[in-house]
Amino acid sequence: MSPELDRRSFLKLVGGGIVVFIRLEPSTLLAQGRGYPTDVNAYLRIGEDGRVTVFSGKIEMGQGVMTSLAQMAAEDLGVGLDSIEMVMGDTDRCPWDMGTFGSLTTRMFGPALRAAAAEARSVLVQLASEQLGVPKDRLVVEKGVVSVKGEPSRKVSYGALARGQAITRTVDEKAVLRSVPEFAVMGRSPRRLDGVDKVTGAGKYAGDIRLPGLLHARILRPPAHGATLARVDTAEAAKLDGVTIVNQDGLVAVLHADPEVAEAALARLRPEWNAAPPGADTDGIFDDLLGRAAAPEEKGVRGDVEAARAAATRRFESTFHKGYVAHAPIEPHTSTATFEGGKLTVWASTQTPFPTRDRLAQALSLDPKSVRVLTPYVGGGFGGKSSGRQSEEAARLAKITGRPVQVAFTRAEEFFYDTFDPACIVKIASAIDGDGKITAWDYDVYFAGDRAAQLFYDVPNVRMRVFGGWSGGGSDAHRFGVGPWRAPGANMNVWARESHIDVMAAAAGLDPVEFRLRNMGDERMRRVLQEAAKAFGWTPAAGPSRRGWGVACGIDSGTYATLAVEVKVDRASGAVRVERVVCAQDMGVVVSPDGATMQVEGCITMGLGYVLREEVRIRDGRVLDENFDTYEIPRFSWLPRIETVLVKNDALTPQGGGEPAIVPMGAAIANAVFDATGARLFRLPMTPARVKAAIERERR
Amino acid sequence: MRRTLSFTLNDKTVRLETDDKRSLLWALRTDLGLTGTKYGCGAGLCGSCTVVVDGKAVRSCRTSLGDVQGRKVTTIEGLASGGKLHPLQQAFIDHGGLQCGYCTPGMIMNAYGLLLADSHPSREKVMDAMEGNLCRCSAYKRILEAIESVSLAAGGRP
Repeated sequence: MSPELDRRSFLKLVGGGIVVFIRLEPSTLLAQGRGYPTDVNAYLRIGEDGRVTVFSGKIEMGQGVMTSLAQMAAEDLGVGLDSIEMVMGDTDRCPWDMGTFGSLTTRMFGPALRAAAAEARSVLVQLASEQLGVPKDRLVVEKGVVSVKGEPSRKVSYGALARGQAITRTVDEKAVLRSVPEFAVMGRSPRRLDGVDKVTGAGKYAGDIRLPGLLHARILRPPAHGATLARVDTAEAAKLDGVTIVNQDGLVAVLHADPEVAEAALARLRPEWNAAPPGADTDGIFDDLLGRAAAPEEKGVRGDVEAARAAATRRFESTFHKGYVAHAPIEPHTSTATFEGGKLTVWASTQTPFPTRDRLAQALSLDPKSVRVLTPYVGGGFGGKSSGRQSEEAARLAKITGRPVQVAFTRAEEFFYDTFDPACIVKIASAIDGDGKITAWDYDVYFAGDRAAQLFYDVPNVRMRVFGGWSGGGSDAHRFGVGPWRAPGANMNVWARESHIDVMAAAAGLDPVEFRLRNMGDERMRRVLQEAAKAFGWTPAAGPSRRGWGVACGIDSGTYATLAVEVKVDRASGAVRVERVVCAQDMGVVVSPDGATMQVEGCITMGLGYVLREEVRIRDGRVLDENFDTYEIPRFSWLPRIETVLVKNDALTPQGGGEPAIVPMGAAIANAVFDATGARLFRLPMTPARVKAAIERERR
Repeated sequence: MRRTLSFTLNDKTVRLETDDKRSLLWALRTDLGLTGTKYGCGAGLCGSCTVVVDGKAVRSCRTSLGDVQGRKVTTIEGLASGGKLHPLQQAFIDHGGLQCGYCTPGMIMNAYGLLLADSHPSREKVMDAMEGNLCRCSAYKRILEAIESVSLAAGGRP
């Protein structure tokens, strides 16, 4: 029997009322769904009590989509925000979704959800028209009540209309959505729907799940990537009262109801390791990577860069290096699993509940129907929870022990198994003419892909070559796990490009804002840059002006962002203090201005980390950073003054908001450091030692 | 050492027959079922496990059950009273001082400990007291605004 249900049997499952299915193309990709019509990946239901439930495979990890999606549904359905309940990331109750990443939720899922809500409203108004005996065009909807224009007492509620109904609809064409001037719920900044849960401690995360008989597992981990277990003596650990020991197919774990006893048991294991082969260290990784680079893929070639460079009077070459960066969410990867009656249930801290379910089914040789993944609140993801081994470990241990099992990474495990933002390299060769116009742009990127690398400057001769993407370029070039990190690849590409643009501006003796405008025909970016400059109070001067000002522009997830920053550099220590950041951002229609501003502030403050301090130190497959003492992330004292300008662009549907503002941080700060000191930084992070060295090189 | 321990937890007396070297963090999260207090680093470096003991904010991952014998422990679950949020909790919501929410209990309890000691601290003092609490979503700006709004409401100086 096909695992997919037809509409009729599906509806029996969800109960009565009015259900509108949401379909996102390409539907063939989504047809792995189970228990849902094959072409559906979300739906909303108006129940007989008038409550609206939105079922979506997306997850809430702090980005605020639980609230913004509810706003969108409420807006086009014509109900108050308090009528909406969100069910997210539960593979049994929500239709298939690929995962929550890439600033796609609002951008791609949002319009579909709004269309479904609009469709539901149209069904309800039709029903109301029949019931009230009044043509539809004489009806108005407000807060879930349909009434006759000018006769407010002639009315019927959504709940009453849904009663006894079993209506299903599917949205696949563009519905008529409410326009910006009509907005009653969107475009406003309600309190977050997850706020009370989160300030009272009532909100549950994967590690907060408590089940009768729950065992906490600690797992034997290798000292380095590439080390393998030769043998392990578990006798001493087994002496601890109540400890369960598992040693099966390479999984060595100690389990106990008290995680601290499990920890003590882990310390009593006596493993012997086959040492990891030698490998690169933190600074040697770049040559290592260049030696392993894939054959290049050419992109966006136009004109003849070689000829243009040969003909030019001013030529420039820069090489940029960035090390590995950790996600370091405060909640480490955690999963709680129970295996009962052949059914596996896993509460997972994940950005990808459905792919996780499919992986679990495969790993445990189960039918995906017998696996349920639930995603409670996720304590920060930033891309790092797109993957994770803890769900499979918890599931296997639950099956082996016959007890519910929780695997919660320690901070050291979190660093060791993180899928880092990869170490990567960019080489740029360019030229300008006597008028300060860029004539050639030759761009080679290694292991960062081309996200956000496309030029919005008008350059006649361009070549871009991509030597592997941020996921490792399909190679085993990285010994460490690598993967998406908030705007993957884009942070590197924009840092390199906008730094190099600044190099040329300074050489041309032009103000960096003026130089950019002179080379930029893109009206949308011109406007964003000008808004940022205006809000900052920018006055033109060629760099280095000794003011410590820097500017950088970037496009990511459909959103245009410009940052203007002011820094102070302590020349003696090389410490950089970012005093002020102004962000101008055009993200199309803004669903929640406050929510969007919070994401901008988070991007800017988090961005200080990878730009100034964060680099995972490695040697011979070891991850030398294990906690926040050596791996420093931004804290209160780093906080700059932040001002956010949301540039109005209501002609454009909502674009991404969780990533764009972090993307120009590297170049904005690097350019400001140059403006303050005359020294250029070509290596991230710009630690005090590196800044100091660059200042000393500049003096010579 | 295994012994009978007794302390006040969120205004109720609790008694545990257990090893007094166990950490308060894991006793709260397992035996006592209060999971609002979070593990973040296990080494007192991130502040997400912060609770208040006898009016002072402490890291529960570095505090043993023996340390709280006979004392008064308040966790995030004990802050609201009579169905009403504590002003700090309300301020974190109103100012948007949270995103993923995982560090939030520790942030609020640390700020609570600060305001118990000084109801209107200067900005420097707030920054100094909060410096050891990490928020990877980097909501620091609004957390600061939330704390200061409560301090100002209590007659604090801007």
